[in-house]
Amino acid sequence: MKIPYFPGCSLKTSAKNFEISAISSAKVLGIDFVEIPRWNCCGVVSSLSSDDLMHHLAPVRNFVRVLEMNKTKMVENEKRMLTLCSMCYNTLKRSNQRVKNNPEELESINNFMYREEEYDGSVEVIHYLQLLDEIGFSQMTEKVKNSLENLNVAAYYGCMLIRPKEVGIDDAEEPEIFEKFLSALTAKPVAWNAKKRCCGSYLTVNNKDVVVDLAYGILNDARKNGADLIVTACPLCAFNLDNRQKNVLEKHPDFKTIPVLYFTQLMAIAFGLDEKSFGFELNYIKPNDVLKEKVFK
Amino acid sequence: MPKKIVINDASEEFLRKIIELSGEVITLCDQCGTCSGGCPFVEEMDITPSQLMRKVQLGQQDVLESKTMWLCATCNTCTVRCPRGLDLSKVAEGLRQVVLRQAIDNLDLNNYPKEEIKELPQIAIIAAIRKLTS
Ligand code: SF4
Ligand code: SF4
Repeated sequence: MKIPYFPGCSLKTSAKNFEISAISSAKVLGIDFVEIPRWNCCGVVSSLSSDDLMHHLAPVRNFVRVLEMNKTKMVENEKRMLTLCSMCYNTLKRSNQRVKNNPEELESINNFMYREEEYDGSVEVIHYLQLLDEIGFSQMTEKVKNSLENLNVAAYYGCMLIRPKEVGIDDAEEPEIFEKFLSALTAKPVAWNAKKRCCGSYLTVNNKDVVVDLAYGILNDARKNGADLIVTACPLCAFNLDNRQKNVLEKHPDFKTIPVLYFTQLMAIAFGLDEKSFGFELNYIKPNDVLKEKVFK
Repeated sequence: MPKKIVINDASEEFLRKIIELSGEVITLCDQCGTCSGGCPFVEEMDITPSQLMRKVQLGQQDVLESKTMWLCATCNTCTVRCPRGLDLSKVAEGLRQVVLRQAIDNLDLNNYPKEEIKELPQIAIIAAIRKLTS
Protein backbone atom coordinates (compact mmCIF):
# COMPACT_ATOMS: atom_id res chain seq x y z
CA MET A 1 0.00 0.00 0.00
CA LYS A 2 1.34 3.42 -1.01
CA ILE A 3 0.21 6.35 1.05
CA PRO A 4 1.16 10.07 1.04
CA TYR A 5 3.23 10.71 4.14
CA PHE A 6 3.66 14.05 5.90
CA PRO A 7 6.78 13.92 8.08
CA GLY A 8 6.87 17.39 9.59
CA CYS A 9 9.98 19.11 10.90
CA SER A 10 10.65 17.06 14.03
CA LEU A 11 10.79 13.76 12.23
CA LYS A 12 13.67 15.11 10.19
CA THR A 13 15.54 16.44 13.23
CA SER A 14 14.94 15.73 16.92
CA ALA A 15 12.68 12.76 16.19
CA LYS A 16 14.60 11.02 13.41
CA ASN A 17 14.31 7.85 15.46
CA PHE A 18 10.52 8.14 15.10
CA GLU A 19 10.74 8.30 11.32
CA ILE A 20 13.39 5.62 10.82
CA SER A 21 11.60 3.12 13.01
CA ALA A 22 8.22 3.92 11.45
CA ILE A 23 9.28 3.57 7.84
CA SER A 24 11.26 0.39 8.36
CA SER A 25 8.58 -1.34 10.41
CA ALA A 26 5.84 -0.25 8.01
CA LYS A 27 7.68 -2.06 5.22
CA VAL A 28 7.25 -5.29 7.14
CA LEU A 29 3.50 -4.71 6.95
CA GLY A 30 3.63 -3.83 3.28
CA ILE A 31 2.97 -0.14 3.86
CA ASP A 32 5.01 2.24 1.77
CA PHE A 33 5.23 5.81 3.11
CA VAL A 34 5.53 8.10 0.08
CA GLU A 35 6.92 11.39 1.35
CA ILE A 36 4.92 14.35 0.11
CA PRO A 37 7.10 16.40 -2.28
CA ARG A 38 7.75 19.98 -1.13
CA TRP A 39 5.83 19.56 2.11
CA ASN A 40 6.02 22.52 4.47
CA CYS A 41 5.79 22.97 8.23
CA CYS A 42 2.20 22.65 9.47
CA GLY A 43 2.69 25.47 11.97
CA VAL A 44 2.92 23.10 14.98
CA VAL A 45 -0.02 24.62 16.85
CA SER A 46 -3.45 25.39 15.51
CA SER A 47 -4.52 29.00 15.25
CA LEU A 48 -7.81 29.25 17.04
CA SER A 49 -9.07 32.78 16.51
CA SER A 50 -12.04 33.12 14.24
CA ASP A 51 -10.44 35.83 12.11
CA ASP A 52 -7.05 34.17 11.66
CA LEU A 53 -7.13 32.47 8.29
CA MET A 54 -3.52 33.13 7.40
CA HIS A 55 -2.13 30.41 9.61
CA HIS A 56 -4.30 27.79 7.92
CA LEU A 57 -2.54 28.36 4.63
CA ALA A 58 0.39 26.14 5.53
CA PRO A 59 -1.76 23.08 6.19
CA VAL A 60 -3.87 23.70 3.06
CA ARG A 61 -0.75 23.97 0.92
CA ASN A 62 0.19 20.49 2.09
CA PHE A 63 -3.25 19.18 1.13
CA VAL A 64 -2.73 20.56 -2.36
CA ARG A 65 0.49 18.56 -2.54
CA VAL A 66 -1.50 15.39 -1.85
CA LEU A 67 -3.85 16.20 -4.71
CA GLU A 68 -0.82 16.68 -6.96
CA MET A 69 0.57 13.29 -5.92
CA ASN A 70 -2.65 11.71 -7.12
CA LYS A 71 -2.48 13.59 -10.39
CA THR A 72 1.10 12.57 -11.10
CA LYS A 73 0.34 9.00 -10.06
CA MET A 74 2.84 8.96 -7.20
CA VAL A 75 -0.05 7.32 -5.40
CA GLU A 76 -3.17 5.66 -6.79
CA ASN A 77 -6.38 7.33 -5.72
CA GLU A 78 -5.11 7.80 -2.18
CA LYS A 79 -6.15 11.07 -0.63
CA ARG A 80 -5.38 10.12 2.92
CA MET A 81 -2.48 12.05 4.36
CA LEU A 82 -0.55 9.99 6.85
CA THR A 83 0.98 11.64 9.92
CA LEU A 84 3.13 10.27 12.71
CA CYS A 85 3.69 13.33 14.89
CA SER A 86 0.57 13.91 16.94
CA MET A 87 1.00 17.68 16.85
CA CYS A 88 1.13 17.69 13.06
CA TYR A 89 -1.84 15.37 13.04
CA ASN A 90 -3.87 17.66 15.26
CA THR A 91 -2.94 20.90 13.52
CA LEU A 92 -3.48 19.56 10.00
CA LYS A 93 -6.73 17.89 10.89
CA ARG A 94 -8.10 21.00 12.59
CA SER A 95 -7.28 23.18 9.59
CA ASN A 96 -8.81 20.65 7.27
CA GLN A 97 -12.02 20.56 9.29
CA ARG A 98 -12.15 24.31 9.42
CA VAL A 99 -11.89 24.85 5.69
CA LYS A 100 -14.23 21.95 4.93
CA ASN A 101 -16.87 23.44 7.21
CA ASN A 102 -16.39 26.98 5.94
CA PRO A 103 -16.47 27.11 2.16
CA GLU A 104 -16.07 30.92 2.12
CA GLU A 105 -12.85 30.61 4.09
CA LEU A 106 -11.59 27.92 1.76
CA GLU A 107 -12.39 30.17 -1.17
CA SER A 108 -10.37 33.01 0.35
CA ILE A 109 -7.43 30.70 0.86
CA ASN A 110 -7.70 29.32 -2.66
CA ASN A 111 -7.86 32.83 -4.05
CA PHE A 112 -4.82 33.84 -2.08
CA MET A 113 -2.88 30.82 -3.35
CA TYR A 114 -4.03 31.40 -6.92
CA ARG A 115 -0.90 29.86 -8.39
CA GLU A 116 -1.62 26.58 -6.65
CA GLU A 117 -4.14 24.00 -7.66
CA GLU A 118 -7.49 24.59 -5.92
CA TYR A 119 -7.99 22.69 -2.72
CA ASP A 120 -11.39 21.00 -2.80
CA GLY A 121 -11.49 19.65 0.73
CA SER A 122 -11.05 16.06 -0.40
CA VAL A 123 -7.94 15.15 1.59
CA GLU A 124 -8.30 13.22 4.83
CA VAL A 125 -5.71 13.59 7.57
CA ILE A 126 -5.07 10.38 9.47
CA HIS A 127 -2.68 9.23 12.16
CA TYR A 128 -0.58 6.10 11.73
CA LEU A 129 -2.27 4.41 14.70
CA GLN A 130 -5.59 4.79 12.89
CA LEU A 131 -4.18 3.24 9.75
CA LEU A 132 -2.79 0.29 11.70
CA ASP A 133 -6.14 -0.14 13.40
CA GLU A 134 -7.93 -0.05 10.08
CA ILE A 135 -5.63 -2.60 8.49
CA GLY A 136 -6.11 -4.67 11.63
CA PHE A 137 -3.72 -4.65 14.57
CA SER A 138 -3.69 -8.44 14.35
CA GLN A 139 -1.62 -8.14 11.16
CA MET A 140 1.18 -6.91 13.39
CA THR A 141 0.95 -9.88 15.70
CA GLU A 142 1.80 -12.19 12.81
CA LYS A 143 5.03 -10.29 12.24
CA VAL A 144 6.29 -10.35 15.81
CA LYS A 145 9.69 -12.03 16.03
CA ASN A 146 10.77 -10.75 19.45
CA SER A 147 8.00 -11.32 21.94
CA LEU A 148 7.29 -8.37 24.21
CA GLU A 149 5.22 -10.45 26.62
CA ASN A 150 7.41 -9.53 29.60
CA LEU A 151 7.39 -5.85 28.80
CA ASN A 152 5.00 -3.60 30.72
CA VAL A 153 4.32 -0.54 28.65
CA ALA A 154 2.53 2.68 29.55
CA ALA A 155 0.82 4.18 26.51
CA TYR A 156 0.95 7.95 26.78
CA TYR A 157 -1.75 9.66 24.74
CA GLY A 158 -1.09 13.19 25.91
CA CYS A 159 -3.44 15.75 24.38
CA MET A 160 -3.15 15.97 20.64
CA LEU A 161 -4.17 12.42 19.72
CA ILE A 162 -7.46 12.52 21.58
CA ARG A 163 -8.56 16.13 22.04
CA PRO A 164 -10.64 17.97 21.08
CA LYS A 165 -13.32 15.35 20.43
CA GLU A 166 -13.86 16.13 16.76
CA VAL A 167 -10.14 15.65 16.12
CA GLY A 168 -9.33 12.74 18.43
CA ILE A 169 -8.51 9.30 17.08
CA ASP A 170 -10.39 7.70 19.97
CA ASP A 171 -12.62 8.53 22.90
CA ALA A 172 -11.38 11.66 24.68
CA GLU A 173 -11.82 10.27 28.19
CA GLU A 174 -11.45 6.51 27.80
CA PRO A 175 -9.19 5.94 24.82
CA GLU A 176 -7.94 2.43 24.21
CA ILE A 177 -6.50 2.37 20.70
CA PHE A 178 -2.93 2.65 21.99
CA GLU A 179 -3.43 -0.23 24.42
CA LYS A 180 -4.89 -2.37 21.62
CA PHE A 181 -1.83 -1.56 19.57
CA LEU A 182 0.44 -2.67 22.42
CA SER A 183 -1.45 -5.91 23.00
CA ALA A 184 -1.23 -6.75 19.31
CA LEU A 185 2.54 -6.27 19.54
CA THR A 186 2.41 -8.80 22.42
CA ALA A 187 3.42 -6.16 25.00
CA LYS A 188 1.54 -5.73 28.27
CA PRO A 189 -0.25 -2.39 28.47
CA VAL A 190 -0.36 -1.02 32.01
CA ALA A 191 -3.38 0.79 33.42
CA TRP A 192 -2.34 4.19 34.71
CA ASN A 193 -3.81 7.57 35.53
CA ALA A 194 -1.60 10.04 33.75
CA LYS A 195 -1.94 8.71 30.22
CA LYS A 196 -3.94 11.68 28.97
CA ARG A 197 -2.51 14.37 31.23
CA CYS A 198 -0.78 17.25 29.44
CA CYS A 199 3.04 17.22 29.63
CA GLY A 200 3.19 21.01 29.50
CA SER A 201 3.75 21.26 25.76
CA TYR A 202 5.60 24.37 24.59
CA LEU A 203 5.61 25.84 28.08
CA THR A 204 8.84 23.86 28.32
CA VAL A 205 10.40 26.95 26.71
CA ASN A 206 9.39 29.62 29.21
CA ASN A 207 8.00 27.66 32.18
CA LYS A 208 10.48 24.86 32.49
CA ASP A 209 9.75 24.26 36.17
CA VAL A 210 6.08 23.70 35.51
CA VAL A 211 6.94 21.14 32.84
CA VAL A 212 9.50 19.41 35.05
CA ASP A 213 6.86 19.03 37.77
CA LEU A 214 4.30 17.70 35.31
CA ALA A 215 6.83 15.26 33.86
CA TYR A 216 7.76 14.08 37.34
CA GLY A 217 4.11 13.34 38.09
CA ILE A 218 3.48 11.54 34.81
CA LEU A 219 6.68 9.47 34.91
CA ASN A 220 6.17 8.46 38.53
CA ASP A 221 2.62 7.40 37.81
CA ALA A 222 3.89 5.14 35.03
CA ARG A 223 6.50 3.63 37.33
CA LYS A 224 4.07 3.22 40.20
CA ASN A 225 1.79 1.21 37.94
CA GLY A 226 4.57 -1.12 36.94
CA ALA A 227 5.66 0.27 33.57
CA ASP A 228 9.08 -0.65 32.22
CA LEU A 229 8.82 2.06 29.63
CA ILE A 230 6.47 4.64 28.14
CA VAL A 231 5.49 5.02 24.49
CA THR A 232 4.39 8.23 22.81
CA ALA A 233 3.52 9.57 19.37
CA CYS A 234 4.60 13.14 20.00
CA PRO A 235 8.10 14.62 19.63
CA LEU A 236 7.27 17.42 22.07
CA CYS A 237 5.95 15.00 24.70
CA ALA A 238 9.08 12.94 24.07
CA PHE A 239 11.25 15.94 24.85
CA ASN A 240 9.32 16.85 27.98
CA LEU A 241 9.10 13.30 29.28
CA ASP A 242 12.46 11.95 28.14
CA ASN A 243 15.05 14.74 27.90
CA ARG A 244 13.56 16.65 30.80
CA GLN A 245 14.30 13.67 33.07
CA LYS A 246 17.68 15.32 33.39
CA ASN A 247 15.96 18.27 35.08
CA VAL A 248 13.66 16.00 37.07
CA LEU A 249 16.76 14.30 38.49
CA GLU A 250 18.29 17.64 39.43
CA LYS A 251 15.18 18.44 41.42
CA HIS A 252 14.50 14.96 42.79
CA PRO A 253 17.78 13.04 43.11
CA ASP A 254 15.98 9.85 44.17
CA PHE A 255 13.88 9.76 41.00
CA LYS A 256 14.13 6.52 39.06
CA THR A 257 14.41 7.19 35.33
CA ILE A 258 12.20 5.44 32.80
CA PRO A 259 12.75 5.17 29.04
CA VAL A 260 10.31 6.92 26.69
CA LEU A 261 10.07 5.43 23.19
CA TYR A 262 8.12 6.24 20.08
CA PHE A 263 5.52 3.57 19.50
CA THR A 264 7.14 2.78 16.18
CA GLN A 265 10.43 1.95 17.89
CA LEU A 266 8.57 -0.75 19.74
CA MET A 267 7.31 -2.06 16.40
CA ALA A 268 10.83 -2.21 15.03
CA ILE A 269 11.96 -4.12 18.13
CA ALA A 270 9.07 -6.55 18.01
CA PHE A 271 9.48 -7.17 14.27
CA GLY A 272 13.11 -8.11 14.88
CA LEU A 273 14.56 -5.39 12.70
CA ASP A 274 18.13 -4.23 12.56
CA GLU A 275 19.30 -2.09 15.49
CA LYS A 276 19.86 0.79 13.06
CA SER A 277 16.12 1.14 12.63
CA PHE A 278 15.59 1.58 16.39
CA GLY A 279 17.45 4.90 16.43
CA PHE A 280 18.14 4.73 20.18
CA GLU A 281 20.94 7.29 19.87
CA LEU A 282 18.27 10.01 20.01
CA ASN A 283 16.55 8.65 23.11
CA TYR A 284 17.86 10.41 26.19
CA ILE A 285 17.13 7.65 28.70
CA LYS A 286 18.43 4.52 26.99
CA PRO A 287 16.09 1.53 26.90
CA ASN A 288 18.87 -0.99 26.26
CA ASP A 289 19.05 -2.39 29.79
CA VAL A 290 15.37 -2.99 30.22
CA LEU A 291 15.13 -4.49 26.73
CA LYS A 292 18.03 -6.80 27.46
CA GLU A 293 16.31 -7.95 30.61
CA LYS A 294 12.79 -8.31 29.24
CA VAL A 295 13.03 -8.85 25.48
CA PHE A 296 16.46 -9.84 24.17
CA LYS A 297 17.12 -12.43 26.84
CA MET B 1 -17.35 46.72 52.02
CA PRO B 2 -19.27 45.04 49.22
CA LYS B 3 -17.52 45.18 45.89
CA LYS B 4 -19.38 46.87 43.10
CA ILE B 5 -19.24 45.38 39.65
CA VAL B 6 -19.67 48.00 36.97
CA ILE B 7 -20.80 47.03 33.54
CA ASN B 8 -20.51 49.81 31.01
CA ASP B 9 -20.14 50.18 27.26
CA ALA B 10 -16.43 49.43 27.40
CA SER B 11 -16.94 46.18 29.27
CA GLU B 12 -19.71 45.11 26.92
CA GLU B 13 -17.52 45.91 23.96
CA PHE B 14 -14.69 43.87 25.45
CA LEU B 15 -16.96 40.85 25.98
CA ARG B 16 -18.24 41.20 22.42
CA LYS B 17 -14.71 41.30 21.09
CA ILE B 18 -13.63 38.15 22.90
CA ILE B 19 -16.81 36.34 21.84
CA GLU B 20 -16.04 37.31 18.26
CA LEU B 21 -12.37 36.31 18.36
CA SER B 22 -13.00 33.01 20.14
CA GLY B 23 -16.24 32.11 18.43
CA GLU B 24 -17.46 30.93 21.84
CA VAL B 25 -20.70 32.11 23.45
CA ILE B 26 -18.94 33.01 26.68
CA THR B 27 -22.17 34.10 28.35
CA LEU B 28 -23.23 30.44 28.42
CA CYS B 29 -20.65 29.63 31.09
CA ASP B 30 -22.47 28.87 34.32
CA GLN B 31 -19.36 28.85 36.49
CA CYS B 32 -19.54 25.17 37.36
CA GLY B 33 -15.76 25.04 37.78
CA THR B 34 -15.22 21.80 35.86
CA CYS B 35 -12.54 23.47 33.76
CA SER B 36 -10.60 24.66 36.79
CA GLY B 37 -10.88 21.27 38.46
CA GLY B 38 -9.14 19.45 35.62
CA CYS B 39 -6.69 22.04 34.36
CA PRO B 40 -3.13 20.72 34.72
CA PHE B 41 -1.80 24.26 35.12
CA VAL B 42 -4.31 25.61 37.62
CA GLU B 43 -1.82 25.65 40.50
CA GLU B 44 0.43 28.01 38.58
CA MET B 45 -2.35 30.35 37.53
CA ASP B 46 -3.24 33.54 39.39
CA ILE B 47 -6.90 33.21 38.48
CA THR B 48 -8.51 29.88 37.63
CA PRO B 49 -9.85 29.14 34.15
CA SER B 50 -13.45 29.55 35.39
CA GLN B 51 -12.54 32.88 36.99
CA LEU B 52 -11.10 33.92 33.67
CA MET B 53 -14.42 33.07 32.03
CA ARG B 54 -16.32 35.09 34.64
CA LYS B 55 -14.09 38.10 34.20
CA VAL B 56 -14.61 38.03 30.46
CA GLN B 57 -18.37 37.69 30.95
CA LEU B 58 -18.26 40.84 33.04
CA GLY B 59 -16.02 42.53 30.52
CA GLN B 60 -13.27 43.16 33.06
CA GLN B 61 -10.28 44.06 30.95
CA ASP B 62 -7.82 43.58 33.80
CA VAL B 63 -8.13 39.88 32.90
CA LEU B 64 -5.48 40.74 30.31
CA GLU B 65 -2.96 41.26 33.10
CA SER B 66 -3.48 37.74 34.42
CA LYS B 67 -0.96 34.98 33.71
CA THR B 68 -3.71 32.45 33.16
CA MET B 69 -4.14 32.87 29.41
CA TRP B 70 -0.38 32.52 28.90
CA LEU B 71 -0.32 29.29 30.92
CA CYS B 72 -3.20 27.74 29.02
CA ALA B 73 -1.37 25.41 26.65
CA THR B 74 -4.49 24.41 24.69
CA CYS B 75 -4.42 20.93 26.21
CA ASN B 76 -8.21 20.84 25.69
CA THR B 77 -8.85 18.88 28.88
CA CYS B 78 -11.54 21.40 29.82
CA THR B 79 -12.86 21.57 26.27
CA VAL B 80 -13.94 17.94 26.28
CA ARG B 81 -15.50 18.27 29.75
CA CYS B 82 -17.32 21.59 29.77
CA PRO B 83 -21.01 20.82 30.33
CA ARG B 84 -21.94 23.93 28.34
CA GLY B 85 -19.86 22.81 25.39
CA LEU B 86 -17.52 25.79 25.63
CA ASP B 87 -13.95 25.74 24.40
CA LEU B 88 -12.02 27.73 26.95
CA SER B 89 -8.78 27.32 25.01
CA LYS B 90 -10.29 29.50 22.29
CA VAL B 91 -11.20 32.16 24.85
CA ALA B 92 -7.62 32.11 26.12
CA GLU B 93 -6.41 32.44 22.53
CA GLY B 94 -8.72 35.40 21.97
CA LEU B 95 -7.33 37.12 25.06
CA ARG B 96 -3.75 36.43 24.01
CA GLN B 97 -4.51 37.83 20.59
CA VAL B 98 -5.83 41.09 22.06
CA VAL B 99 -2.44 41.60 23.70
CA LEU B 100 -0.27 40.20 20.91
CA ARG B 101 -1.98 42.36 18.30
CA GLN B 102 -0.66 45.37 20.15
CA ALA B 103 2.79 43.95 19.44
CA ILE B 104 3.32 43.07 23.10
CA ASP B 105 5.09 39.72 23.31
CA ASN B 106 4.98 37.31 26.21
CA LEU B 107 8.24 35.63 25.29
CA ASP B 108 11.65 37.08 24.62
CA LEU B 109 14.09 34.43 23.55
CA ASN B 110 16.94 36.95 23.57
CA ASN B 111 16.84 36.82 27.34
CA TYR B 112 17.22 33.07 27.50
CA PRO B 113 20.50 31.36 28.27
CA LYS B 114 21.96 30.12 25.00
CA GLU B 115 22.65 26.61 26.36
CA GLU B 116 18.98 26.24 27.31
CA ILE B 117 17.77 27.24 23.87
CA LYS B 118 20.19 24.86 22.24
CA GLU B 119 18.69 21.98 24.19
CA LEU B 120 15.18 22.70 22.96
CA PRO B 121 13.75 20.93 19.93
CA GLN B 122 12.34 23.17 17.21
CA ILE B 123 8.83 21.87 17.80
CA ALA B 124 8.93 23.54 21.24
CA ILE B 125 10.44 26.78 20.02
CA ILE B 126 8.13 27.22 17.05
CA ALA B 127 5.06 26.39 19.12
CA ALA B 128 6.04 28.86 21.82
CA ILE B 129 6.78 31.58 19.28
CA ARG B 130 3.47 30.94 17.55
CA LYS B 131 1.48 31.16 20.78
CA LEU B 132 3.37 33.75 22.78
CA THR B 133 4.68 36.32 20.32
CA SER B 134 3.05 38.62 17.82
S1 SF4 C 1 -16.47 24.01 32.57
FE1 SF4 C 1 -17.52 25.36 31.08
S2 SF4 C 1 -19.39 26.06 32.12
FE2 SF4 C 1 -18.03 25.17 33.70
S3 SF4 C 1 -16.93 26.97 34.49
FE3 SF4 C 1 -15.65 26.07 32.89
S4 SF4 C 1 -16.20 27.18 31.00
FE4 SF4 C 1 -17.82 27.59 32.52
S1 SF4 D 1 -7.17 24.05 27.64
FE1 SF4 D 1 -6.13 25.58 28.91
S2 SF4 D 1 -7.57 26.10 30.55
FE2 SF4 D 1 -8.29 24.20 29.59
S3 SF4 D 1 -7.46 22.58 30.88
FE3 SF4 D 1 -5.99 22.92 29.19
S4 SF4 D 1 -4.51 24.43 29.95
FE4 SF4 D 1 -6.30 24.46 31.35
